[in-house]
Amino acid sequence: MSATKEDLFETTCGLEIHVELATASKMFCGCRVDFGGEPNTRTCPVCLGLPGSLPVANEKAVEYTMKIGLALNCKIADYSLFHRKNYFYPDMPKNYQISQYDLPLCYAGHVEIAGDWGTTTVGITRVHLEEDTGKSIHVGGSGRIHDSTYSLEDFNRAGTPLVEIVSEPDIHSAAEARAFVSELRMLLEGLGVSDVRMEEGSLRIDANISVRRKGETEHGTKVEVKNMNSVRSVGRALEYEERRQREALEAGELLVQETRHFDEKSSTTSPGRTKEGSSDYRYFPEPDLVPFEPSAEWIERVASSLGETPTQRRARFASEYGLGAADIDVLTATSATADWFEAAARAYGGDSKKVANWIMADLFGLLNEASIELSQSKIAPEQLAGLVKLVDGKSISGKQAKAVLAEMFAGGKDAAVIAKEKGLEQISDAGALETVVEEVIAENAEAADKVRAGNLGTIGFLVGQVMKKSGGQANPGLVNELLRKKLT
Amino acid sequence: MDIDRATVDHVARLARLDLSDEERERMAAELTNILEHAAKIQALDLDDVEPTSHAIPIRNAMRPDEVRPSLTQEQALSGAPEVEDGRFKVPSILEEESP
Amino acid sequence: MTDLHYKSATELAELLENQEVSAVEIARALIERADEIDERLHAYLHRTDERLLDEARASDERRSAGEPRSRFDGVPTAHKDLFVTKGVPTTSGSRILEGWVPTYDSTLVERCSAAGLLLQGKLNMDEFAMGSSTENSGYGPSRNPWDTNTVPGGSSGGSAALVAAGGTPWSWGTDTGGSVRQPASLCGLVGVKPTYGLVSRYGVIAFASSLDQPGPLTRTVADAAAFLQIAGGHDPMDSTSIPQPVPDYLGAIEGGIEGLRIGVVKEFEEAEGTEPGVKARVAEAYRRLEKLGAELVEVSLPSFEFGISAYYLVAPAECSSNLARYDAVRYGSRVDGPDVVSMMSRTRVEGFGDEVKRRIMLGTYALSAGYYDAYYGKAQRVRTLTIRDLERVFADVDLIATPTSPSTAFEFGAKTADPLSMYLNDVFTVPVNLAGNAAISVPCGTSPDNGLPVGLQLIAKALDETTMFRAAYAFEQDLGWAGSDEGRPSL
Repeated sequence: MSATKEDLFETTCGLEIHVELATASKMFCGCRVDFGGEPNTRTCPVCLGLPGSLPVANEKAVEYTMKIGLALNCKIADYSLFHRKNYFYPDMPKNYQISQYDLPLCYAGHVEIAGDWGTTTVGITRVHLEEDTGKSIHVGGSGRIHDSTYSLEDFNRAGTPLVEIVSEPDIHSAAEARAFVSELRMLLEGLGVSDVRMEEGSLRIDANISVRRKGETEHGTKVEVKNMNSVRSVGRALEYEERRQREALEAGELLVQETRHFDEKSSTTSPGRTKEGSSDYRYFPEPDLVPFEPSAEWIERVASSLGETPTQRRARFASEYGLGAADIDVLTATSATADWFEAAARAYGGDSKKVANWIMADLFGLLNEASIELSQSKIAPEQLAGLVKLVDGKSISGKQAKAVLAEMFAGGKDAAVIAKEKGLEQISDAGALETVVEEVIAENAEAADKVRAGNLGTIGFLVGQVMKKSGGQANPGLVNELLRKKLT
Repeated sequence: MDIDRATVDHVARLARLDLSDEERERMAAELTNILEHAAKIQALDLDDVEPTSHAIPIRNAMRPDEVRPSLTQEQALSGAPEVEDGRFKVPSILEEESP
Repeated sequence: MTDLHYKSATELAELLENQEVSAVEIARALIERADEIDERLHAYLHRTDERLLDEARASDERRSAGEPRSRFDGVPTAHKDLFVTKGVPTTSGSRILEGWVPTYDSTLVERCSAAGLLLQGKLNMDEFAMGSSTENSGYGPSRNPWDTNTVPGGSSGGSAALVAAGGTPWSWGTDTGGSVRQPASLCGLVGVKPTYGLVSRYGVIAFASSLDQPGPLTRTVADAAAFLQIAGGHDPMDSTSIPQPVPDYLGAIEGGIEGLRIGVVKEFEEAEGTEPGVKARVAEAYRRLEKLGAELVEVSLPSFEFGISAYYLVAPAECSSNLARYDAVRYGSRVDGPDVVSMMSRTRVEGFGDEVKRRIMLGTYALSAGYYDAYYGKAQRVRTLTIRDLERVFADVDLIATPTSPSTAFEFGAKTADPLSMYLNDVFTVPVNLAGNAAISVPCGTSPDNGLPVGLQLIAKALDETTMFRAAYAFEQDLGWAGSDEGRPSL
């Protein structure tokens, strides 16, 4: 792609994100929220839309929504309503979705994202609460709608609380969109409100994107893009769209306002089935639910439970622990990792970079081999700190420490306990070492002479001999010191 | 406001009612008649009056996030006209619904 | 015991307590009565005779063990067929739910059961509660026991017919625009629309959610108060349920009318279309209220003039959405089609009757893009005006009195040609639903022109059923009509 082309065009993009909340029960009834399972085993009159059933709002879902809104710097509405969004579809138990319309719970927020291009502040138009639909399986063709002969409906998912986050069209490239989704995902994960698994559908992204020639005042044709099932797909899909739209404009082709689906395999988008006209949802206030007027106390309580944003945490890791950007990215990839690191660093108290290195270079390797998460390992953060302290105090060598770590990983014991059990404690007593050093000097007269003559490089060889004689337990630093003392 | 045949067709489609020709003709006349009566309130200037969506002053009715027993699969499917593999069976869906 | 079937629920409770009669005897008497009258009246959609007798036996056992569930343990009742009853077919008067057997009970039914009430069956109604005569029932109309050529009113017509004919001492109906009060008026009964939110709507098949309210149909005011105390009160399964327990209406029911200020609505008195016979009896009723110590004052409620117009926009709009779920995916009788849209569309056009289709169309239109503000939006503002008007008036009076219905029971077919003429039956009742207030209809005699019952409506402040019951009781006792031979149809 030539640099010139990119300069001539600009992209405008807004994202619509749906987040399934990790509450125990559904939005309007007590059925359990879960993934998978036998079909239609987590339903009741309410989420099946049986005649006479009524919704009652899940308090935790409302609280999680406010949490998300506050984390995105939104205002919380002092008067909020649920509305009915009316449309017929077989995965809709009531053929209306209880959602929010012009009085959402949260509005007018923003979030900062950073990347190669610099930083962008993306406005958040609204954060609102609604319910999820059931799931359809299309039978008799490729599994997609257009060639199926019939469909089967499972309402286990129907009624799961769903938060919708809408961004302002403040995103101007595929890279920015990707960064936005990544940041949002980490933020939501850190808040503990969702397991944000895009593969399982608990985080869904739709994009609206248009491209126009720079300098033009009117926006280009808006295209909706769906079916992006990972952060990477978001980047790829929108890169493809930007390119496609640029090329069309250059060639003077007309762009159609449509919905396009991203295909993973080909990394392209293609038009979905165009619906007849746009939908008329006939929104009106949900009469079966009463208005929300969240109290100032409640909002305050939620606000104080927020903790840091990922951005704030990253900044603090730089200032408090002196870590570099690359290390910070790795250690803050999940809040669990970041928490673990901080506990270890605090228990250690010294240069946190050492702790960071042990985690990234050694512990992660062990975790990968065993295919487990950090939270599942037997080592506690304080125990890693203990190991690093042992190395610091020269009780064991760095090499020995790796072996100790492996033992800790397998059995969960303290580093000091393992070192003692294995008799690994380094000989750091100068007196004891002196004897061995003198023996080695005597046995390696030629090498000793070289050092005396000024060839300091040969000390390494003599250190090695001392290590061999002491069964690897001599403190190499101390040995080196003693050799120098005697030979120079 | 005269309700014409095109409007009746549009509304019937929105409401999923496969009305007969005769029903559509009749509906156009009846709806026009009823809405003329409703025109009484259209003439009122109510811009300064807030709409009432809930007549009673209840606010913040919620329930704690607690799991309660669900219906069994058998119970859930008990009223269903057609079932397959524990799911409700419907004829082919032709259109995708965007939300 | 003679005339057991005409005893009030309160009387039956006393007889049961004094062991002068058993629950099984009462049940048998009502089964016999049903056999006697129901072919003519068609009040029942579904009878549960066997279950009734089983429950009666269980009740008698509880009584002999000294463990009645309540004072009314053993008194039977039958419900309008839009109260969901577990294991008992429920249709809401519609063919689209033909054969549907619910897997759960409505809260109201659960509470009646918890009080030891027995179930006789499910009663006829206008389809999905839309109508004022039961002529819209998918299963044929019910007949007024006072004159079987006339309608019992609607939409709780089956309930009214059965109670008036001594087929049951009491029945729960629902009132959205008058559907408990108007049939009560046409059948010489007591009918109450409680304050919105007083009685749980969980398990009540919805017509217009912001207007629907379950209400009792009984032969006496004391029975209505008792029924409301049994079933009313906060329900956590209904978000619009008032978070308070029900007061002891019976404890205050003999408070009398002395000193109460009662408003008479200028705009209603001046309106045309009220039958002269109705006017006459209601005027007499006003005099009686004064005789009993009330002060009658003229009040003006200008917004009442727009009640019907607003109601016939709000109610259809909400019902068009509430009835969207009847698509034969999860329940209901299906009509096949080549694709899901045609299946749903054919199912609904066949399963719904004309009036329901009409209101769905009207409601869908009123909510549709471009029309919301002019229709639904406007109607919601008229609601505000109605609420304000009533607040203003109730600052000065304790109750408002009106006729319940402009007409007595009319003949079948008299109002079906023009839907609008049927709608105008609700002119006195609808504003109460729009505002959420409470109201009661009590019989005030029969029309001198045709001998058919006339009802007096008393409207109360929201949550002031106590005053309403007090006044209605005093009026009823003084009139002495209920429980007399005159106060009973000769069926």
